[in-house]
Amino acid sequence: MAQASQTRVQIMTRPPALRRARPAWLSWNWLGVLPFFLFVFAFQFYPSLSVVVRSFLSETNAFTFDNINALNNDIILRSYGNTILISLITAAWGGIVGFMVAWAVTIGGLPHWVRTAVLSFSGVASNFAGVPLAFAFVATIGQRGVLTQALKPIGIDLYGGEFTLYGFWGLCLAYTYFQIPLMVLVMTPALDGLRREWREAAQNLGATPGQYWRMVALPVLTPSILGALALLFANAFGTHATAFALVGGGGGQTLVVTLMVGAQFTTDTFANPGLGNALALGMIVVIGVTIFIYSFFRRRAERWMRR
Amino acid sequence: MTKRRGSPLAWGLLGVGMLYLLVPLLATFQFSTQIQAARGIPISFLAYNNVLSAPALAESFVFSLRTALITIAVSVLIVVPTAYWINLRMRFLRPVIEFLTLLPFVIPAVVLAFALIRSYNGTDLTNTRDGVYVLMVGAYVMLSFPYMYRSVDTGLQALNIRALTEAAQSLGAGWGTILFRVVVPNLLVSILNGAFITFSIVIGEYTIASLLSQPGFGPYMFSVASRKVYEPSALAMLSFGLTFFTILLIQRLSRGRNVGTAVR
Repeated sequence: MAQASQTRVQIMTRPPALRRARPAWLSWNWLGVLPFFLFVFAFQFYPSLSVVVRSFLSETNAFTFDNINALNNDIILRSYGNTILISLITAAWGGIVGFMVAWAVTIGGLPHWVRTAVLSFSGVASNFAGVPLAFAFVATIGQRGVLTQALKPIGIDLYGGEFTLYGFWGLCLAYTYFQIPLMVLVMTPALDGLRREWREAAQNLGATPGQYWRMVALPVLTPSILGALALLFANAFGTHATAFALVGGGGGQTLVVTLMVGAQFTTDTFANPGLGNALALGMIVVIGVTIFIYSFFRRRAERWMRR
Repeated sequence: MTKRRGSPLAWGLLGVGMLYLLVPLLATFQFSTQIQAARGIPISFLAYNNVLSAPALAESFVFSLRTALITIAVSVLIVVPTAYWINLRMRFLRPVIEFLTLLPFVIPAVVLAFALIRSYNGTDLTNTRDGVYVLMVGAYVMLSFPYMYRSVDTGLQALNIRALTEAAQSLGAGWGTILFRVVVPNLLVSILNGAFITFSIVIGEYTIASLLSQPGFGPYMFSVASRKVYEPSALAMLSFGLTFFTILLIQRLSRGRNVGTAVR
Protein backbone atom coordinates (compact mmCIF):
# COMPACT_ATOMS: atom_id res chain seq x y z
CA MET A 1 0.00 0.00 0.00
CA ALA A 2 2.76 2.37 0.91
CA GLN A 3 4.33 1.62 -2.43
CA ALA A 4 1.20 2.55 -4.35
CA SER A 5 0.87 5.95 -2.67
CA GLN A 6 4.54 6.59 -3.21
CA THR A 7 4.36 6.13 -6.95
CA ARG A 8 1.27 8.32 -7.05
CA VAL A 9 3.07 11.12 -5.26
CA GLN A 10 6.04 10.74 -7.53
CA ILE A 11 3.90 11.20 -10.59
CA MET A 12 2.21 14.23 -9.08
CA THR A 13 5.42 15.89 -8.00
CA ARG A 14 6.94 15.75 -11.44
CA PRO A 15 7.11 19.43 -12.39
CA PRO A 16 5.39 20.68 -15.54
CA ALA A 17 7.66 20.87 -18.56
CA LEU A 18 7.99 24.65 -18.44
CA ARG A 19 9.55 24.65 -14.96
CA ARG A 20 12.25 22.21 -16.07
CA ALA A 21 14.34 25.17 -17.23
CA ARG A 22 15.83 25.53 -13.75
CA PRO A 23 17.59 22.43 -12.38
CA ALA A 24 15.80 20.88 -9.42
CA TRP A 25 18.70 21.33 -7.02
CA LEU A 26 18.75 25.08 -7.55
CA SER A 27 15.59 26.48 -6.04
CA TRP A 28 14.14 28.44 -3.17
CA ASN A 29 12.86 25.11 -1.81
CA TRP A 30 16.18 24.71 -0.02
CA LEU A 31 15.28 27.55 2.32
CA GLY A 32 12.61 25.31 3.85
CA VAL A 33 15.09 22.69 4.99
CA LEU A 34 17.88 25.12 5.90
CA PRO A 35 17.16 25.26 9.67
CA PHE A 36 17.34 21.48 9.97
CA PHE A 37 20.61 21.21 8.08
CA LEU A 38 22.15 24.13 9.98
CA PHE A 39 21.23 22.52 13.27
CA VAL A 40 22.63 19.13 12.31
CA PHE A 41 25.75 20.86 11.05
CA ALA A 42 26.30 22.86 14.24
CA PHE A 43 25.57 20.15 16.80
CA GLN A 44 26.65 16.99 15.06
CA PHE A 45 28.45 17.30 11.77
CA TYR A 46 30.92 20.05 12.55
CA PRO A 47 31.90 18.71 16.02
CA SER A 48 32.32 15.14 14.73
CA LEU A 49 34.22 16.31 11.66
CA SER A 50 36.47 18.40 13.86
CA VAL A 51 37.27 15.35 16.00
CA VAL A 52 38.15 13.41 12.86
CA VAL A 53 40.34 16.20 11.50
CA ARG A 54 42.07 16.89 14.81
CA SER A 55 42.96 13.21 15.09
CA PHE A 56 45.41 13.93 12.30
CA LEU A 57 46.73 17.26 13.61
CA SER A 58 49.64 17.88 15.95
CA GLU A 59 49.52 20.56 18.65
CA THR A 60 50.94 23.01 16.15
CA ASN A 61 48.19 22.08 13.66
CA ALA A 62 50.50 20.23 11.31
CA PHE A 63 49.41 16.98 9.68
CA THR A 64 50.53 13.93 11.64
CA PHE A 65 49.80 10.25 12.22
CA ASP A 66 51.19 10.50 15.77
CA ASN A 67 47.75 10.51 17.45
CA ILE A 68 46.64 7.44 15.53
CA ASN A 69 49.94 5.70 16.21
CA ALA A 70 49.57 6.51 19.90
CA LEU A 71 46.50 4.25 19.96
CA ASN A 72 48.96 1.40 19.63
CA ASN A 73 49.37 1.22 23.39
CA ASP A 74 48.68 -1.79 25.59
CA ILE A 75 46.10 -0.05 27.78
CA ILE A 76 44.19 1.38 24.83
CA LEU A 77 44.28 -1.79 22.76
CA ARG A 78 43.10 -3.84 25.74
CA SER A 79 40.29 -1.33 26.28
CA TYR A 80 39.15 -1.54 22.65
CA GLY A 81 39.43 -5.32 22.86
CA ASN A 82 37.31 -5.42 26.02
CA THR A 83 34.67 -3.15 24.51
CA ILE A 84 34.45 -5.26 21.36
CA LEU A 85 34.29 -8.48 23.40
CA ILE A 86 31.58 -7.13 25.72
CA SER A 87 29.60 -5.93 22.70
CA LEU A 88 29.94 -9.32 20.99
CA ILE A 89 29.05 -11.29 24.12
CA THR A 90 26.02 -9.17 25.02
CA ALA A 91 24.85 -9.08 21.39
CA ALA A 92 25.03 -12.89 21.39
CA TRP A 93 23.34 -13.38 24.79
CA GLY A 94 20.73 -10.70 24.18
CA GLY A 95 20.31 -11.89 20.61
CA ILE A 96 19.68 -15.53 21.54
CA VAL A 97 17.34 -14.85 24.47
CA GLY A 98 15.59 -12.01 22.64
CA PHE A 99 15.07 -14.18 19.57
CA MET A 100 13.57 -16.95 21.70
CA VAL A 101 11.14 -14.52 23.32
CA ALA A 102 10.22 -12.98 19.97
CA TRP A 103 9.69 -16.47 18.56
CA ALA A 104 7.50 -17.42 21.52
CA VAL A 105 5.17 -14.44 21.12
CA THR A 106 4.87 -14.75 17.33
CA ILE A 107 5.24 -18.24 15.87
CA GLY A 108 5.12 -19.87 19.29
CA GLY A 109 1.47 -18.91 19.35
CA LEU A 110 1.21 -17.43 22.84
CA PRO A 111 -2.08 -15.61 23.54
CA HIS A 112 -2.41 -12.08 22.20
CA TRP A 113 -2.47 -10.46 25.60
CA VAL A 114 0.92 -12.06 26.36
CA ARG A 115 2.33 -10.71 23.13
CA THR A 116 1.03 -7.21 23.84
CA ALA A 117 2.33 -7.29 27.40
CA VAL A 118 5.77 -8.59 26.35
CA LEU A 119 6.16 -5.98 23.62
CA SER A 120 5.09 -3.15 25.94
CA PHE A 121 7.42 -4.35 28.64
CA SER A 122 10.26 -4.67 26.11
CA GLY A 123 9.71 -1.05 25.11
CA VAL A 124 10.16 -0.06 28.74
CA ALA A 125 13.08 -2.38 29.53
CA SER A 126 15.08 -1.40 26.44
CA ASN A 127 14.84 2.20 27.65
CA PHE A 128 15.85 1.25 31.18
CA ALA A 129 19.58 1.91 31.06
CA GLY A 130 22.19 4.11 32.59
CA VAL A 131 22.38 4.97 36.27
CA PRO A 132 19.10 3.32 37.43
CA LEU A 133 20.00 0.09 35.63
CA ALA A 134 23.36 0.04 37.39
CA PHE A 135 21.59 0.60 40.72
CA ALA A 136 19.23 -2.28 40.00
CA PHE A 137 22.11 -4.63 39.30
CA VAL A 138 23.96 -3.55 42.43
CA ALA A 139 20.82 -4.28 44.45
CA THR A 140 20.47 -7.67 42.74
CA ILE A 141 23.94 -9.16 42.36
CA GLY A 142 26.15 -6.65 44.12
CA GLN A 143 28.09 -7.92 47.13
CA ARG A 144 25.06 -7.31 49.38
CA GLY A 145 22.54 -7.85 46.61
CA VAL A 146 19.32 -9.76 47.12
CA LEU A 147 20.15 -12.54 44.67
CA THR A 148 23.73 -12.83 45.98
CA GLN A 149 22.39 -13.29 49.51
CA ALA A 150 19.64 -15.66 48.40
CA LEU A 151 22.08 -17.93 46.57
CA LYS A 152 24.49 -18.26 49.51
CA PRO A 153 22.40 -20.69 51.62
CA ILE A 154 22.12 -23.07 48.67
CA GLY A 155 25.86 -23.16 48.25
CA ILE A 156 26.41 -20.68 45.43
CA ASP A 157 28.79 -17.89 46.40
CA LEU A 158 28.86 -15.40 43.53
CA TYR A 159 31.80 -13.60 45.05
CA GLY A 160 33.69 -16.76 46.01
CA GLY A 161 35.78 -16.64 42.84
CA GLU A 162 36.93 -13.96 40.47
CA PHE A 163 33.50 -12.55 39.69
CA THR A 164 32.66 -8.97 40.47
CA LEU A 165 29.75 -6.88 39.25
CA TYR A 166 32.13 -3.96 38.91
CA GLY A 167 34.17 -5.46 36.08
CA PHE A 168 34.06 -7.13 32.67
CA TRP A 169 31.46 -9.82 33.39
CA GLY A 170 29.37 -7.45 35.48
CA LEU A 171 29.07 -5.11 32.51
CA CYS A 172 28.12 -8.09 30.32
CA LEU A 173 25.27 -9.02 32.67
CA ALA A 174 24.02 -5.43 32.97
CA TYR A 175 24.17 -4.65 29.23
CA THR A 176 22.29 -7.86 28.45
CA TYR A 177 19.35 -6.36 30.34
CA PHE A 178 18.67 -3.80 27.60
CA GLN A 179 19.93 -6.00 24.75
CA ILE A 180 17.26 -8.70 25.21
CA PRO A 181 14.24 -6.38 24.88
CA LEU A 182 15.86 -4.53 21.97
CA MET A 183 16.23 -7.85 20.13
CA VAL A 184 12.59 -8.68 20.91
CA LEU A 185 11.44 -5.35 19.45
CA VAL A 186 13.56 -5.68 16.31
CA MET A 187 12.86 -9.38 15.60
CA THR A 188 9.11 -9.49 16.24
CA PRO A 189 8.16 -7.69 12.99
CA ALA A 190 10.61 -9.90 11.08
CA LEU A 191 9.08 -13.08 12.50
CA ASP A 192 5.61 -11.70 11.74
CA GLY A 193 6.81 -11.45 8.14
CA LEU A 194 7.18 -15.22 7.86
CA ARG A 195 3.97 -16.10 6.11
CA ARG A 196 1.83 -19.01 7.02
CA GLU A 197 1.51 -19.84 3.31
CA TRP A 198 5.25 -20.53 3.02
CA ARG A 199 5.09 -23.12 5.74
CA GLU A 200 1.99 -24.66 4.24
CA ALA A 201 3.57 -24.72 0.79
CA ALA A 202 6.68 -26.38 2.22
CA GLN A 203 4.53 -28.93 4.04
CA ASN A 204 2.56 -29.68 0.89
CA LEU A 205 5.81 -30.36 -0.91
CA GLY A 206 6.71 -32.84 1.81
CA ALA A 207 9.15 -30.80 3.87
CA THR A 208 9.68 -31.68 7.52
CA PRO A 209 9.54 -28.82 10.07
CA GLY A 210 13.34 -29.04 10.23
CA GLN A 211 13.66 -28.69 6.48
CA TYR A 212 11.21 -25.78 6.47
CA TRP A 213 13.29 -23.91 9.05
CA ARG A 214 16.60 -24.70 7.41
CA MET A 215 15.61 -24.06 3.81
CA VAL A 216 12.85 -21.44 4.01
CA ALA A 217 12.52 -19.63 7.32
CA LEU A 218 16.19 -19.14 8.23
CA PRO A 219 17.30 -17.88 4.81
CA VAL A 220 14.46 -15.34 4.92
CA LEU A 221 15.29 -14.34 8.49
CA THR A 222 19.09 -14.22 8.14
CA PRO A 223 19.34 -10.56 7.03
CA SER A 224 17.02 -9.50 9.86
CA ILE A 225 19.02 -11.47 12.43
CA LEU A 226 22.40 -10.20 11.24
CA GLY A 227 21.08 -6.63 11.08
CA ALA A 228 19.66 -6.90 14.58
CA LEU A 229 22.94 -8.30 15.94
CA ALA A 230 24.83 -5.40 14.36
CA LEU A 231 22.43 -2.97 16.04
CA LEU A 232 22.92 -4.69 19.39
CA PHE A 233 26.69 -4.58 18.96
CA ALA A 234 26.65 -0.84 18.24
CA ASN A 235 24.26 -0.29 21.13
CA ALA A 236 26.64 -1.92 23.60
CA PHE A 237 29.77 -0.39 22.08
CA GLY A 238 28.55 3.16 22.68
CA THR A 239 27.18 2.61 26.20
CA HIS A 240 28.72 4.98 28.71
CA ALA A 241 26.35 5.75 31.60
CA THR A 242 25.74 2.14 32.67
CA ALA A 243 29.47 1.39 32.54
CA PHE A 244 30.41 4.54 34.42
CA ALA A 245 27.85 3.95 37.15
CA LEU A 246 29.18 0.40 37.67
CA VAL A 247 32.95 0.62 37.23
CA GLY A 248 33.61 4.31 36.61
CA GLY A 249 36.31 6.31 38.29
CA GLY A 250 39.29 4.68 39.90
CA GLY A 251 40.84 1.64 38.26
CA GLY A 252 37.88 0.99 36.00
CA GLN A 253 38.62 4.07 33.93
CA THR A 254 40.22 2.10 31.12
CA LEU A 255 37.96 -0.98 31.10
CA VAL A 256 35.92 0.16 28.08
CA VAL A 257 36.55 2.84 25.47
CA THR A 258 33.55 5.01 26.36
CA LEU A 259 34.99 5.40 29.86
CA MET A 260 38.36 6.42 28.44
CA VAL A 261 36.76 9.04 26.18
CA GLY A 262 34.73 10.30 29.15
CA ALA A 263 37.90 10.52 31.24
CA GLN A 264 39.45 12.89 28.69
CA PHE A 265 37.18 15.63 30.03
CA THR A 266 38.77 15.82 33.44
CA THR A 267 42.30 14.69 32.80
CA ASP A 268 44.33 13.95 29.76
CA THR A 269 44.94 10.39 30.88
CA PHE A 270 47.89 10.08 28.58
CA ALA A 271 48.99 13.72 28.79
CA ASN A 272 48.24 14.05 25.10
CA PRO A 273 45.16 16.04 23.99
CA GLY A 274 45.42 14.68 20.46
CA LEU A 275 44.93 11.15 21.76
CA GLY A 276 41.40 11.92 22.99
CA ASN A 277 40.44 12.80 19.43
CA ALA A 278 41.98 9.60 18.11
CA LEU A 279 40.13 7.55 20.76
CA ALA A 280 36.83 9.13 19.71
CA LEU A 281 37.68 8.61 16.03
CA GLY A 282 38.28 4.93 16.70
CA MET A 283 34.82 4.63 18.23
CA ILE A 284 33.18 6.46 15.34
CA VAL A 285 34.91 4.12 12.87
CA VAL A 286 33.90 0.92 14.69
CA ILE A 287 30.28 1.98 15.18
CA GLY A 288 30.11 3.54 11.71
CA VAL A 289 31.09 0.23 10.10
CA THR A 290 28.60 -1.62 12.31
CA ILE A 291 25.72 0.72 11.48
CA PHE A 292 26.62 0.42 7.80
CA ILE A 293 26.33 -3.37 8.12
CA TYR A 294 23.06 -2.86 9.98
CA SER A 295 21.48 -0.70 7.29
CA PHE A 296 22.77 -3.03 4.55
CA PHE A 297 21.02 -6.04 6.12
CA ARG A 298 18.00 -3.96 7.06
CA ARG A 299 17.40 -3.04 3.42
CA ARG A 300 17.64 -6.71 2.43
CA ALA A 301 15.33 -7.71 5.27
CA GLU A 302 12.66 -5.17 4.35
CA ARG A 303 11.86 -7.12 1.20
CA TRP A 304 10.13 -9.73 3.32
CA MET A 305 8.50 -7.50 5.88
CA ARG A 306 4.78 -7.10 5.83
CA ARG A 307 3.98 -3.42 6.13
CA MET B 1 -9.65 -17.76 14.41
CA THR B 2 -8.55 -20.49 16.75
CA LYS B 3 -7.66 -19.53 20.29
CA ARG B 4 -3.91 -19.17 20.71
CA ARG B 5 -2.67 -21.04 23.71
CA GLY B 6 0.95 -21.65 22.80
CA SER B 7 3.11 -24.71 23.23
CA PRO B 8 4.91 -25.51 26.48
CA LEU B 9 8.14 -24.75 24.59
CA ALA B 10 6.95 -21.23 23.82
CA TRP B 11 5.97 -20.62 27.44
CA GLY B 12 9.33 -22.00 28.57
CA LEU B 13 11.37 -19.76 26.29
CA LEU B 14 9.29 -16.75 27.28
CA GLY B 15 9.88 -17.66 30.91
CA VAL B 16 13.66 -17.69 30.48
CA GLY B 17 13.66 -14.24 28.92
CA MET B 18 11.23 -12.75 31.39
CA LEU B 19 13.19 -14.19 34.30
CA TYR B 20 16.21 -12.17 33.23
CA LEU B 21 14.14 -9.00 32.90
CA LEU B 22 11.97 -9.37 36.00
CA VAL B 23 14.37 -10.74 38.63
CA PRO B 24 16.50 -7.56 38.83
CA LEU B 25 13.33 -5.48 39.24
CA LEU B 26 11.91 -7.66 41.99
CA ALA B 27 15.28 -7.87 43.71
CA THR B 28 15.73 -4.11 43.51
CA PHE B 29 12.31 -3.57 45.00
CA GLN B 30 13.03 -5.98 47.83
CA PHE B 31 16.41 -4.35 48.47
CA SER B 32 14.81 -0.90 48.61
CA THR B 33 12.48 -2.02 51.40
CA GLN B 34 15.25 -3.46 53.60
CA ILE B 35 16.36 -0.10 55.00
CA GLN B 36 15.04 -0.86 58.49
CA ALA B 37 15.64 -4.60 58.43
CA ALA B 38 18.39 -4.25 61.04
CA ARG B 39 15.84 -2.66 63.37
CA GLY B 40 13.47 -5.58 62.92
CA ILE B 41 11.18 -4.03 60.31
CA PRO B 42 11.42 -6.37 57.30
CA ILE B 43 9.50 -4.14 54.88
CA SER B 44 9.84 -0.40 55.05
CA PHE B 45 9.26 2.39 52.58
CA LEU B 46 11.51 4.79 54.44
CA ALA B 47 14.01 4.81 51.55
CA TYR B 48 11.30 6.13 49.20
CA ASN B 49 10.35 8.72 51.78
CA ASN B 50 13.98 9.81 52.13
CA VAL B 51 14.44 10.01 48.38
CA LEU B 52 11.27 11.97 47.70
CA SER B 53 11.75 14.43 50.55
CA ALA B 54 15.28 15.47 49.53
CA PRO B 55 15.10 19.03 48.16
CA ALA B 56 17.98 18.29 45.76
CA LEU B 57 15.83 15.67 44.06
CA ALA B 58 13.10 18.17 43.23
CA GLU B 59 15.66 20.72 42.05
CA SER B 60 17.46 18.33 39.71
CA PHE B 61 14.18 16.84 38.49
CA VAL B 62 12.75 20.27 37.67
CA PHE B 63 16.00 21.15 35.91
CA SER B 64 15.77 18.02 33.73
CA LEU B 65 12.05 18.51 33.18
CA ARG B 66 12.65 22.04 31.94
CA THR B 67 15.47 20.80 29.72
CA ALA B 68 13.24 18.05 28.32
CA LEU B 69 10.47 20.54 27.50
CA ILE B 70 12.90 22.92 25.77
CA THR B 71 14.39 19.99 23.84
CA ILE B 72 10.94 18.83 22.74
CA ALA B 73 9.95 22.36 21.65
CA VAL B 74 13.12 22.88 19.60
CA SER B 75 12.91 19.39 18.11
CA VAL B 76 9.25 19.81 17.07
CA LEU B 77 9.83 23.32 15.66
CA ILE B 78 12.66 22.04 13.49
CA VAL B 79 11.40 18.60 12.53
CA VAL B 80 7.75 19.31 11.64
CA PRO B 81 8.36 22.03 9.00
CA THR B 82 11.34 20.10 7.61
CA ALA B 83 9.53 16.78 7.32
CA TYR B 84 6.48 18.52 5.82
CA TRP B 85 8.56 20.40 3.28
CA ILE B 86 10.55 17.34 2.29
CA ASN B 87 7.42 15.27 1.81
CA LEU B 88 5.77 18.06 -0.19
CA ARG B 89 8.56 19.41 -2.36
CA MET B 90 11.87 17.64 -1.89
CA ARG B 91 11.30 13.93 -1.76
CA PHE B 92 14.68 13.30 -3.37
CA LEU B 93 16.21 14.38 -0.03
CA ARG B 94 14.68 11.46 1.86
CA PRO B 95 17.79 9.21 1.68
CA VAL B 96 19.94 12.12 2.92
CA ILE B 97 17.64 12.70 5.88
CA GLU B 98 17.56 8.98 6.59
CA PHE B 99 21.35 9.01 6.74
CA LEU B 100 21.43 12.09 8.97
CA THR B 101 18.94 10.59 11.41
CA LEU B 102 21.17 7.51 11.68
CA LEU B 103 24.11 9.67 12.77
CA PRO B 104 23.16 9.84 16.47
CA PHE B 105 23.52 6.05 16.55
CA VAL B 106 26.99 6.26 15.00
CA ILE B 107 28.16 9.00 17.34
CA PRO B 108 27.42 7.89 20.90
CA ALA B 109 26.50 10.44 23.57
CA VAL B 110 29.95 10.38 25.18
CA VAL B 111 31.67 11.09 21.85
CA LEU B 112 29.15 13.82 21.00
CA ALA B 113 29.73 15.59 24.32
CA PHE B 114 33.48 15.28 23.87
CA ALA B 115 33.28 16.57 20.28
CA LEU B 116 31.08 19.53 21.25
CA ILE B 117 33.39 20.61 24.05
CA ARG B 118 36.53 20.23 21.97
CA SER B 119 35.22 21.88 18.81
CA TYR B 120 33.66 24.89 20.54
CA ASN B 121 36.50 25.21 23.03
CA GLY B 122 37.27 28.84 23.85
CA THR B 123 33.99 30.24 22.52
CA ASP B 124 31.05 31.52 24.57
CA LEU B 125 29.44 28.12 24.12
CA THR B 126 31.96 26.56 26.48
CA ASN B 127 32.97 29.56 28.55
CA THR B 128 29.57 30.70 29.83
CA ARG B 129 26.90 28.89 31.82
CA ASP B 130 24.22 29.60 29.25
CA GLY B 131 26.53 28.53 26.47
CA VAL B 132 27.10 25.09 27.95
CA TYR B 133 23.35 24.75 28.51
CA VAL B 134 22.81 25.51 24.82
CA LEU B 135 25.35 22.80 23.94
CA MET B 136 23.50 20.30 26.13
CA VAL B 137 20.09 21.11 24.65
CA GLY B 138 21.62 20.96 21.16
CA ALA B 139 23.00 17.50 21.90
CA TYR B 140 19.64 16.32 23.26
CA VAL B 141 17.82 17.66 20.20
CA MET B 142 20.23 15.64 18.06
CA LEU B 143 19.48 12.51 20.10
CA SER B 144 15.75 13.17 19.67
CA PHE B 145 15.86 13.67 15.90
CA PRO B 146 15.76 10.00 14.82
CA TYR B 147 12.65 9.32 16.89
CA MET B 148 10.93 12.66 16.30
CA TYR B 149 11.65 12.57 12.58
CA ARG B 150 10.48 9.01 12.08
CA SER B 151 7.36 9.57 14.11
CA VAL B 152 6.40 12.78 12.25
CA ASP B 153 7.37 11.29 8.89
CA THR B 154 5.14 8.25 9.47
CA GLY B 155 2.31 10.60 10.39
CA LEU B 156 2.83 12.63 7.22
CA GLN B 157 2.83 9.49 5.05
CA ALA B 158 -0.65 8.72 6.30
CA LEU B 159 -1.94 12.17 5.29
CA ASN B 160 -2.52 13.45 1.81
CA ILE B 161 -0.52 16.58 2.51
CA ARG B 162 -0.56 17.72 -1.11
CA ALA B 163 -4.35 17.82 -1.13
CA LEU B 164 -4.44 19.43 2.32
CA THR B 165 -1.93 22.07 1.24
CA GLU B 166 -3.74 22.87 -1.99
CA ALA B 167 -7.11 23.03 -0.26
CA ALA B 168 -5.69 25.41 2.35
CA GLN B 169 -3.97 27.52 -0.28
CA SER B 170 -7.09 27.83 -2.40
CA LEU B 171 -8.87 29.13 0.70
CA GLY B 172 -6.19 31.79 0.98
CA ALA B 173 -3.99 30.34 3.75
CA GLY B 174 -0.32 31.30 4.00
CA TRP B 175 2.47 28.91 4.95
CA GLY B 176 2.18 29.71 8.66
CA THR B 177 -1.54 28.98 8.70
CA ILE B 178 -1.02 25.78 6.72
CA LEU B 179 1.69 24.54 9.09
CA PHE B 180 0.13 25.43 12.41
CA ARG B 181 -3.59 25.17 11.69
CA VAL B 182 -3.67 22.36 9.13
CA VAL B 183 -0.55 20.17 9.36
CA VAL B 184 0.18 20.28 13.11
CA PRO B 185 -3.38 19.39 14.27
CA ASN B 186 -3.34 16.42 11.90
CA LEU B 187 0.02 15.29 13.23
CA LEU B 188 -0.74 15.72 16.92
CA VAL B 189 -0.45 12.02 17.78
CA SER B 190 2.87 11.67 15.94
CA ILE B 191 4.25 14.79 17.59
CA LEU B 192 3.18 13.65 21.06
CA ASN B 193 4.70 10.25 20.35
CA GLY B 194 8.05 11.82 19.49
CA ALA B 195 7.74 14.17 22.46
CA PHE B 196 7.30 11.35 24.97
CA ILE B 197 10.25 9.39 23.58
CA THR B 198 12.34 12.56 23.80
CA PHE B 199 11.14 13.07 27.37
CA SER B 200 12.17 9.56 28.38
CA ILE B 201 15.61 10.04 26.78
CA VAL B 202 16.31 13.40 28.39
CA ILE B 203 14.82 13.08 31.87
CA GLY B 204 17.34 10.65 33.39
CA GLU B 205 20.20 11.20 30.93
CA TYR B 206 23.55 10.95 32.66
CA THR B 207 26.45 11.03 30.19
CA ILE B 208 25.98 14.40 28.48
CA ALA B 209 24.63 16.18 31.56
CA SER B 210 27.50 15.06 33.79
CA LEU B 211 30.26 15.61 31.24
CA LEU B 212 28.95 19.14 30.67
CA SER B 213 28.66 19.60 34.48
CA GLN B 214 24.91 20.24 34.42
CA PRO B 215 22.83 19.65 37.59
CA GLY B 216 20.44 17.18 35.90
CA PHE B 217 18.41 14.35 37.41
CA GLY B 218 20.80 11.70 36.04
CA PRO B 219 23.90 13.14 37.74
CA TYR B 220 21.84 13.64 40.91
CA MET B 221 20.83 9.96 40.99
CA PHE B 222 24.47 9.03 40.50
CA SER B 223 25.59 11.24 43.39
CA VAL B 224 23.14 9.53 45.75
CA ALA B 225 24.96 6.20 45.33
CA SER B 226 28.14 7.41 47.00
CA ARG B 227 26.29 8.56 50.14
CA LYS B 228 23.47 6.06 50.63
CA VAL B 229 22.89 2.30 50.52
CA TYR B 230 19.16 1.71 50.08
CA GLU B 231 18.08 4.99 48.52
CA PRO B 232 19.66 4.25 45.10
CA SER B 233 17.48 1.17 44.69
CA ALA B 234 14.41 3.23 45.58
CA LEU B 235 15.49 5.75 42.94
CA ALA B 236 15.95 2.94 40.42
CA MET B 237 12.38 1.75 41.09
CA LEU B 238 10.97 5.28 40.78
CA SER B 239 12.94 5.81 37.59
CA PHE B 240 11.67 2.52 36.17
CA GLY B 241 8.14 3.59 37.07
CA LEU B 242 8.63 6.87 35.22
CA THR B 243 9.95 5.10 32.11
CA PHE B 244 7.12 2.59 32.35
CA PHE B 245 4.51 5.34 32.54
CA THR B 246 6.02 7.29 29.62
CA ILE B 247 6.34 4.28 27.31
CA LEU B 248 2.82 3.14 28.18
CA LEU B 249 1.52 6.58 27.21
CA ILE B 250 3.36 6.33 23.89
CA GLN B 251 1.86 2.92 23.22
CA ARG B 252 -1.63 4.10 24.09
CA LEU B 253 -1.19 6.99 21.67
CA SER B 254 0.09 4.93 18.78
CA ARG B 255 -1.79 1.68 18.98
CA GLY B 256 -0.71 -0.80 16.36
CA ARG B 257 2.32 1.20 15.30
CA ASN B 258 5.89 0.31 16.04
CA VAL B 259 7.17 1.50 19.37
CA GLY B 260 10.25 3.64 19.35
CA THR B 261 13.07 2.65 21.58
CA ALA B 262 15.94 4.74 22.73
CA VAL B 263 19.14 3.13 21.63
CA ARG B 264 22.05 3.98 23.84
